[in-house]
Amino acid sequence: MRDFSYLRANSLDAARQAAALPGAMLLAGGTTLIDLAKCGVAEPDSLVDITHLTGLNSIDVNERGATIGALARMGHVADHADIKSRFPAISEALWQAASAQIRNMATIGGNLMQRTRCPYFRDPMNFPACNKREPGSGCSAMGGVTRGHAVLGTSDACIAMYPGDLAVALVAFDAIVHLGERQIPVDDFFLLPGTTPDKEHAIEPGEMITAIEIPGTAAARRSTYLKIRDRQSYEFAAASAAVGIEFEADGRTIRDLRVALGGVATKPWRARAVEDALKGKGLEPDAVRAASLLAIQGAVDHGANHYKIELAPRVVARAILRLGETA
Amino acid sequence: MTVHNIRHGDASDGAFAEAVGGRLSRVDGPAKITGAAKYAVEQQLEGLAYAVLVESTIASGKVRAIDTKAAKAAPGVLQVLTPDTIISLKTAADWFGTPPPDKPYCPLARDITFSGQHVAAVVAETFEQAVAAAALVKVSYDETPSIVDLSDGKAGDGIPIDAMTKEWGDAQGAFASAPVRICAAYNTPREYQAPMEPHGLIARWEGDRLTVWEPSQWLDGMARTYAEWFDVPFENVRLVSPYIGGGFGSKALALSHGAVAACAAKMLGRPVRLVMTRPQTFTGYGGRAATRQTVTIGADAQGNIQSIVHRGVNETSIDGMWVEPLGSVTSIMYATPNFSSKQNVVRVNSVVPGAMRAPGENPSAFGIESAIDELAYEVGIDPLEIRLRNYAEQDPHAKKAWSTRQLREAFAAGAERFGWSRRSPEPRSMRDGNQLIGWGVAAGTYPVRRAYGEAIVRILADGSVEVESSSIDMGQGTYTILAQTAAETLGVPADDVVVKLGDSRFPRAGVTGGSRLAGVMTGAVYKAATSALDQLVGLAISDPRSPFHTLQANTLVVANGRIASPRGDGPDVSIAELLKSVGRDHIEATGDTMPENSTPEERYKNYTTIAMALPHTEGDYSRHSWCAHFIEVRVDEDFGTVRVSRVVSALDSGRLYNPKLAESQWKGGIIMGIGQALLEEGIVDRRHGRIVNNNLADYLVPTNADIPDIEVISVGIPDLHSSVLGGKGVGELAIVGVAPAIANAVFHATGKRVRDLPITLEKLI
Ligand SMILES: Cc1cc2nc3c(=O)[nH]c(=O)nc-3n(C[C@H](O)[C@H](O)[C@H](O)COP(=O)(O)OP(=O)(O)OC[C@H]3O[C@@H](n4cnc5c(N)ncnc54)[C@H](O)[C@@H]3O)c2cc1C
Ligand code: SF4
Repeated sequence: MRDFSYLRANSLDAARQAAALPGAMLLAGGTTLIDLAKCGVAEPDSLVDITHLTGLNSIDVNERGATIGALARMGHVADHADIKSRFPAISEALWQAASAQIRNMATIGGNLMQRTRCPYFRDPMNFPACNKREPGSGCSAMGGVTRGHAVLGTSDACIAMYPGDLAVALVAFDAIVHLGERQIPVDDFFLLPGTTPDKEHAIEPGEMITAIEIPGTAAARRSTYLKIRDRQSYEFAAASAAVGIEFEADGRTIRDLRVALGGVATKPWRARAVEDALKGKGLEPDAVRAASLLAIQGAVDHGANHYKIELAPRVVARAILRLGETA
Repeated sequence: MTVHNIRHGDASDGAFAEAVGGRLSRVDGPAKITGAAKYAVEQQLEGLAYAVLVESTIASGKVRAIDTKAAKAAPGVLQVLTPDTIISLKTAADWFGTPPPDKPYCPLARDITFSGQHVAAVVAETFEQAVAAAALVKVSYDETPSIVDLSDGKAGDGIPIDAMTKEWGDAQGAFASAPVRICAAYNTPREYQAPMEPHGLIARWEGDRLTVWEPSQWLDGMARTYAEWFDVPFENVRLVSPYIGGGFGSKALALSHGAVAACAAKMLGRPVRLVMTRPQTFTGYGGRAATRQTVTIGADAQGNIQSIVHRGVNETSIDGMWVEPLGSVTSIMYATPNFSSKQNVVRVNSVVPGAMRAPGENPSAFGIESAIDELAYEVGIDPLEIRLRNYAEQDPHAKKAWSTRQLREAFAAGAERFGWSRRSPEPRSMRDGNQLIGWGVAAGTYPVRRAYGEAIVRILADGSVEVESSSIDMGQGTYTILAQTAAETLGVPADDVVVKLGDSRFPRAGVTGGSRLAGVMTGAVYKAATSALDQLVGLAISDPRSPFHTLQANTLVVANGRIASPRGDGPDVSIAELLKSVGRDHIEATGDTMPENSTPEERYKNYTTIAMALPHTEGDYSRHSWCAHFIEVRVDEDFGTVRVSRVVSALDSGRLYNPKLAESQWKGGIIMGIGQALLEEGIVDRRHGRIVNNNLADYLVPTNADIPDIEVISVGIPDLHSSVLGGKGVGELAIVGVAPAIANAVFHATGKRVRDLPITLEKLI
């Protein structure tokens, strides 16, 4: 039997030290980690349980922005009154993710760190080749079942899609990931696969997410998260968009626009080209639809996931236009 | 003595909840909700060991070698079973009871014919140890090319199944000369039963007696299979299956994992538990076969059908045979003077497919009920009208009268409640913002499968009643309706009836499948209860110690657990008091629905095979249940996502023994049909011949959010040609026709005809 040690960390430093040891993994809500351990993907030698650390589950919202502790539960953040009113896209991204049961267990830190749903990644017994799991072993997905794989940010080594919803909204609103003292913009926190798809985050051994900080902006206040999928609930996105708009005083001209895509890329995908094309303009439906096509610049499909290239710009356009309607 | 009036069983007949036809809530509900209900593998046994399966990772080839060294050395490991070390079994007869070939049976494979086949098993002191050691078993293979699925170039046309051929008139000729002709191909993918409770069992040997705790839709059939495998008398095998967490057809047969566990228990001399992982449930036994059909219809300009030509193909495995009867609905739904249906099966490298809710009828209806919709648009008449225009007044294939067919009534009632007359005929003509709205209709049917069952009814000293039968309740309500049957027949409150099911030591029953159980078992319990009542009343009248002895009555009334004379002029005592006065501690009667003078061999065959099941066209009548689904969908024009927003279904299941439970089963079938239409598909990696979405995060079934309010309307009338108490099938019926109704609604909404299930967004975008 595969034994592992279990440590309940009682201080941040103890947790970081323990997590720095080879083979150690942090355990938060466990909804990703236990799942991956069952598939034989995660094989930790020691688990460092951080859920008993105090002071890491707060949700503070004020004029300047929001700071969410890494141990705050997805469900709590989604339901938080100030998050709902000042960062609707964050709340919507969370409540449309996973299931109520999972949201009650899962933490914000763990959420950012969730792994891809690539079925080949998750089945080492049957598919030994996976560059993300075993660098250099090849990619079983290419040429196989690719309906859920990424069309943006892919590399010759890996085409796995980043499946999370929350991070998409965070990328749109320039959130900052706190690793204790070190702070990184969330867009830089997630890495492209390139030749090292095993390295997904700018986080080093012994580091731990302690909080997420989201600047308070007018665009975040008027924001939405639109998630499209075959099943109405409890499914990862076929394509999704986090969008926020700030209008000029005339109430029509776009001063600030934020667009990020989910379900289509190897990391949460900021679509600045769409933002730039529409800033200073009004919300003309045709112009919005045309600009939204810029969201999938450079997209490459692998057969069955071609529909994502059609779908993603439509999701972006709908989200932008819907926000405009509420003006 | 006592006259039993059979009442009309619908909610409208005013029956009180406890009688047959009443809306009694599930009597097993509280035990399930509180967790008190103990499922098969939850038994706590002394010395239990745990088995875990090792499965093939290739789809075709041979096992070259199995290296078990590391696994054997792992902590807690008791045994590693491979084809070389497992004990040899005998081949068991199939479910028809066909004598098997005289060759040994090995539940672990050397010759690999599909990915996920059991090749080895590890038994250890704990489950965790077994899981870890199973990962250490190293299997090497000599791989050969596989046939992935129906579209594989190597698959060929398959094997013609002559028994499926149905023909009359000159179908090809009439088609050629028909003024209106349509022809299209309809495909359904591999679908999976995905019950909440995965397959698993505990096997324990005591000498040459085997007890198996296993979820089962057919205790006596599975007990026979175990007995034949291990070459012990049938009586030596006891199957126990008090509750079943869903089966949908997948738990009717003893499967190879059961053989592995029972072998392990025998070899080890300890009870062994084996439970499949969720991924293993996608390859450890078969789901619904993938199918392809071509439907050609020739009609006149008014839409009157002149000819139907139907060709069907379903997948089967390399060495097993599964026929999914694809012409079953095609051949009976509409009146046509000319007809031809033929079917082939194609061998592919997959596990042998199996039964899943309404096997045959379900995909068959997807073909014909889509095609008739296409015809309606072709000739420009309403899809409901075309169905009525071609209404089959008798069984067009068997040329016999319907026992009952309330399909016209179903169309009328459903259309009325749905508001069908307000439908705008053109596709893409109804919308709400970005949502295209479509209305679709389709019919469904399922044959009345009849068999025999037996039951014991015991009236105990305290006046309470016990019913025993080896039939089962997988959620459909057997516990409840048998309590109602006994309560009504005996004149006692349903609360005083305890129904015991799920033990092969009880009086026997055939398979719970094909929606036959309720009809069979209510009949058996009714007979047993009637004869128990006759004994009770007989004793009351004739026993010198009875308070009624002096009354010189020739009949008595039993109601509410009390016995009295019909005119109310004599004594009025409880059943318990009567039994006490005549010095009896119980009264017991066995009832069965077998023909009188049946031999023990015939009885055994009836309960342990399906060979004795009565054809639904036996005698003068053709017996089926019927339904009509009216469905509204909303399709997002940009995203292609389909949401079902309204369902009204009218169904004819004959008399309902308990409308509440019947409605619940109908709704369950409709929900499963929504999943089939929009979500469910086993996705095969074509290079490896392996299902990759073998878990419930990736194999999607509907959530509550996908399901609107569903209105079901019963239009049935008692059908005494179908069963003793007048019911027809309930469980399978309602799924039939849901997928085509949704596909038809999607066409109405979008103008796009999707002929490949499921209707996922990329097909509409
Ligand atoms: C069936 C299913 C459906 C789902 N659907 C969705 C969906 O639609 N959308 C969506 O966004 N998500 C979805 N999820 C993913 C879910 O949101 C994540 O599993 C969850 O957020 C992980 O949080 P956790 O606290 O349980 O993490 P854990 O499982 O405890 O940890 C996950 C990983 O993060 C690491 N980790 C945890 N905390 C920290 C920290 N503070 N610092 C650094 N590393 C850390 C762990 O070591 C581990 O590697 C789904 C999950 C499942 C199982
Ligand atoms: S896509 Fe990436 S995660 Fe999936 S198999 Fe290829 S390398 Fe592994």
